[in-house]
Amino acid sequence: MKVSDLASLIEARKLTTEVTEDREILCGYVCDLLSWVMAHGEEGMAWVTVQTHLNVIAVAALAEMACVVLPEGITMEQEVLDKANAEEMCVLSSPLTAYEICGRLAGQGIPAHG
Amino acid sequence: MEELFRISYPVAAADYTSAGKASTDIKKRLKQLGVGGDVLRRVAVASYEVELNLVIHSMGGELTLTVFPDAAQLVSADVGPGIPDLEMAMREGYSTANDEARSLGFGAGMGLPNMKRNADEFNITSAPGSGTTITMLFRLQA
Repeated sequence: MKVSDLASLIEARKLTTEVTEDREILCGYVCDLLSWVMAHGEEGMAWVTVQTHLNVIAVAALAEMACVVLPEGITMEQEVLDKANAEEMCVLSSPLTAYEICGRLAGQGIPAHG
Repeated sequence: MEELFRISYPVAAADYTSAGKASTDIKKRLKQLGVGGDVLRRVAVASYEVELNLVIHSMGGELTLTVFPDAAQLVSADVGPGIPDLEMAMREGYSTANDEARSLGFGAGMGLPNMKRNADEFNITSAPGSGTTITMLFRLQA
């Protein structure tokens, strides 16, 4: 599943404007504690979080994740999106809850670990 | 061992806006030197953790990357305040992070254990009143 397929699956809109949606999603994760995510983040991960500050992009990029997914229609400030564009990290915003996003991901066979 | 490359980054206390800049640059430079895969990811995670520790816990410090033909070394040295109980600090889930750090999603008590897990060699020295020095070595595949 590519990031573009995930966007359709969870009715999300893409907040980043200069990032490809071609990256392959290898696994899914939901967590809002950044240091926890640093310890458990994996390459190709679709990471669902309500955190929206600059460090989210740094964590996702350093772990080489596939994308960041914001639930419940949450958005990010332009400064953070600029950083996401610069780091080539796709950010999606979905109207669904984190629970439902993960449910749909799991339903499509996306595992917890890549 | 012959040094191929060395760069230092000053890291300011409580500067959450710039946090991650040093580790992002370290990753970029290692990539340029041909380092990739698992070892690049481990250096990236460990350097981010140690950079964030400087921001959250220290009174300021410096992060230095040194690249040798067969290894990359990260050294974090700060000017204080030092860690009173190193054994507790190394324990997963133990954190002394303040409310500001916790509100940003830090302070899960994973930093030091995560560095140790990702580095091939990990060494920490610290004492209250003086600074903390962390040295990590990552072996590069030939």
